[in-house]
Amino acid sequence: MSIPNASSASATGVQPVSRPSSSHDEPLLAVEDLVVEIPTRRGLLRPVDGVSFELNAGEILGVVGESGAGKSITGAAIIGLLERPARIASGSVRLAGKRIDNLTGDDLRRVRGGEIGTVFQDPSTSLNPLQRIGDQLAETARQHLDISRAESRDRALLALQEVGIPAAAERLDAYPHEFSGGMRQRVVIALALIGEPVLVIADEPTTALDVSVQAQVLTLLKRLCLERGTGVMMITHDMGVIAETTDRVAVMYAGRVAEIGPTPSVLVNAAHPYTRGLMASTPNPASDVAEGLVQIPGAMPGLLSIPAGCAFHPRCDRAVPDCKQKRPPRETINDSDVWCWVASQPQQARHD
Amino acid sequence: MTDIMVEVSGLTRRFDVSSPWLNRLLQREPRRILTAVDDVSFSIARGSTYALVGESGSGKSTIAKLVLGLLKPTAGQVLVDGSDLSATATAASDALRRRVQMIFQDPYASLNPRWRVGDIISEPIEVFGLEPDAGARARRVAELLDQVGLAASDATKFPHQFSGGQRQRIGIARALASRPEFIVCDEPTSALDVSVQAQVLNLMRDLQSELGLTYLFISHDLSVVRYMADQVGVLYLGRLVETATRDALFEAPCHPYTRMLLDAAPRIDGFGREHQTDGGEIPDPINPPSGCHYHPRCALATERCRVEVPAVSNLEGRQVVCHEATQILSGSVDL
Repeated sequence: MSIPNASSASATGVQPVSRPSSSHDEPLLAVEDLVVEIPTRRGLLRPVDGVSFELNAGEILGVVGESGAGKSITGAAIIGLLERPARIASGSVRLAGKRIDNLTGDDLRRVRGGEIGTVFQDPSTSLNPLQRIGDQLAETARQHLDISRAESRDRALLALQEVGIPAAAERLDAYPHEFSGGMRQRVVIALALIGEPVLVIADEPTTALDVSVQAQVLTLLKRLCLERGTGVMMITHDMGVIAETTDRVAVMYAGRVAEIGPTPSVLVNAAHPYTRGLMASTPNPASDVAEGLVQIPGAMPGLLSIPAGCAFHPRCDRAVPDCKQKRPPRETINDSDVWCWVASQPQQARHD
Repeated sequence: MTDIMVEVSGLTRRFDVSSPWLNRLLQREPRRILTAVDDVSFSIARGSTYALVGESGSGKSTIAKLVLGLLKPTAGQVLVDGSDLSATATAASDALRRRVQMIFQDPYASLNPRWRVGDIISEPIEVFGLEPDAGARARRVAELLDQVGLAASDATKFPHQFSGGQRQRIGIARALASRPEFIVCDEPTSALDVSVQAQVLNLMRDLQSELGLTYLFISHDLSVVRYMADQVGVLYLGRLVETATRDALFEAPCHPYTRMLLDAAPRIDGFGREHQTDGGEIPDPINPPSGCHYHPRCALATERCRVEVPAVSNLEGRQVVCHEATQILSGSVDL
């Protein structure tokens, strides 16, 4: 399949619109001590509890965790999509040095869809079923770029060509239901990128797709963002997707970051016991089948019953008394930041 | 001669998905027939696990229902221990039904939320008249809960009090309640998180060796299949394209579709790996491509693949449905 190169932009006479770019010493996205709270009758829930990370331009940061880890809510908080009564209780989100966690109205709309594009899990719910996809793309382009109606149409065509939709010119007038699942997700990616964002938040972008289509969509997303220098926050539960697409990875557990660092070192030399457990329980194509999978006992705690101290301690085979009482501080081990009381201590062999 | 537990031969199932007749008449539409399962044959040895793997629309779940007798085949038959489940209800088929059970995908939808766990698990025991005495039934429920790693006191709780992994354990306990020999597992762990998936897969393997169970294991996840299966069948648009032992399939996949599927699956050690995808997607199952269904996506496709449905070739203990199979296995063509 031939995918037109992004450099064909000049061929169609569309000039790239300049965007504010981040200065070099500033990360593209800086999330600091982010806390999201949901007041309920049964108490105050904290689905995100003190999350900090940074993402540089052109970098793909993976956010991985099991259900209930708070990864999607973190993404929603960054783009101001938290549904009430959920709210950002404290902490800050900076995009290229500028606070974006307290924006409202037009300021928020400029950031959301313009500077930050989003790709959600289910392509059939991110597109308007009653509007032709060409119109949806053109509308988004006009909304965020200072261009004319005719120009926005050219942009829409270009965007469809870039994501590899065959016969893009004719498909502009098609409705979302006329596309297959994989093609629809390509349209969603085109929609996310058409406002020329500096950051894309992709929340489980391929979970609803079959593996062969997943590989195509991930390759596409990776290539397009690399070409544009767009940062990507890739939220997923799939360790394989993390390994193959991300530069750095943050492992989340019960609303907190357990470990963050360069992907290969986190996955191969995990410092946090949870990351180790997660890797060992993932069926690995290179492992010996005769041996059972390593299993972590128990399950992720509910938001109403998050344990004191380190949230992972009841499931951890290395827990010490400190783990039960005090939240672990950030510690740098190798190239990773790890929140764990025991990670820096030499691990004792379990069977002696 | 291995001891065959399940024999599936020439299994075909078509669904009529036409519009209502008046619409067909007014809009001059033809009937639309979807062939979900197309001439599928395989057998499962007693005490082993046969895995069916395929993407959406490949007919995996339809085969599960046909094997269980929940759907009637359009053609072909399923023999479990020599007798036909889809035959009209007789004393013999009732007895057979006790020996065949199922584990479902969604542990949230497959347990009645208004029933206590103990009642859910004891229902099959009661229905098949295995323990007429209530006290004995309760003891059996406690034993089953213990077997799947739950506490006997959990019998009085309701499903909502359990996590997804624990609910799947309840589903397994219910499947085991009638002391079955053959269990159909349709995506038993795809709704679960990885750490919990590992618990459930290990449990299923332990139960198999303990109780000598035979599994038909249906999944879209190749790494899970590799962990569970003895034999693997790869489905594409309702047809089996390759059947082989686990080691043969994963070490030297032969059919171009199997190869593509194995390459496309993300690997946890595949840092920065680039995929060679064929760019295609699963075609419309109502109007599937002629000849070999995979030919529009296949790098090796020839005119013959477009016209002629390939026959099954038996090569080194595997069955491959591909015109180029011999050349691929001998390494004389490059994919």
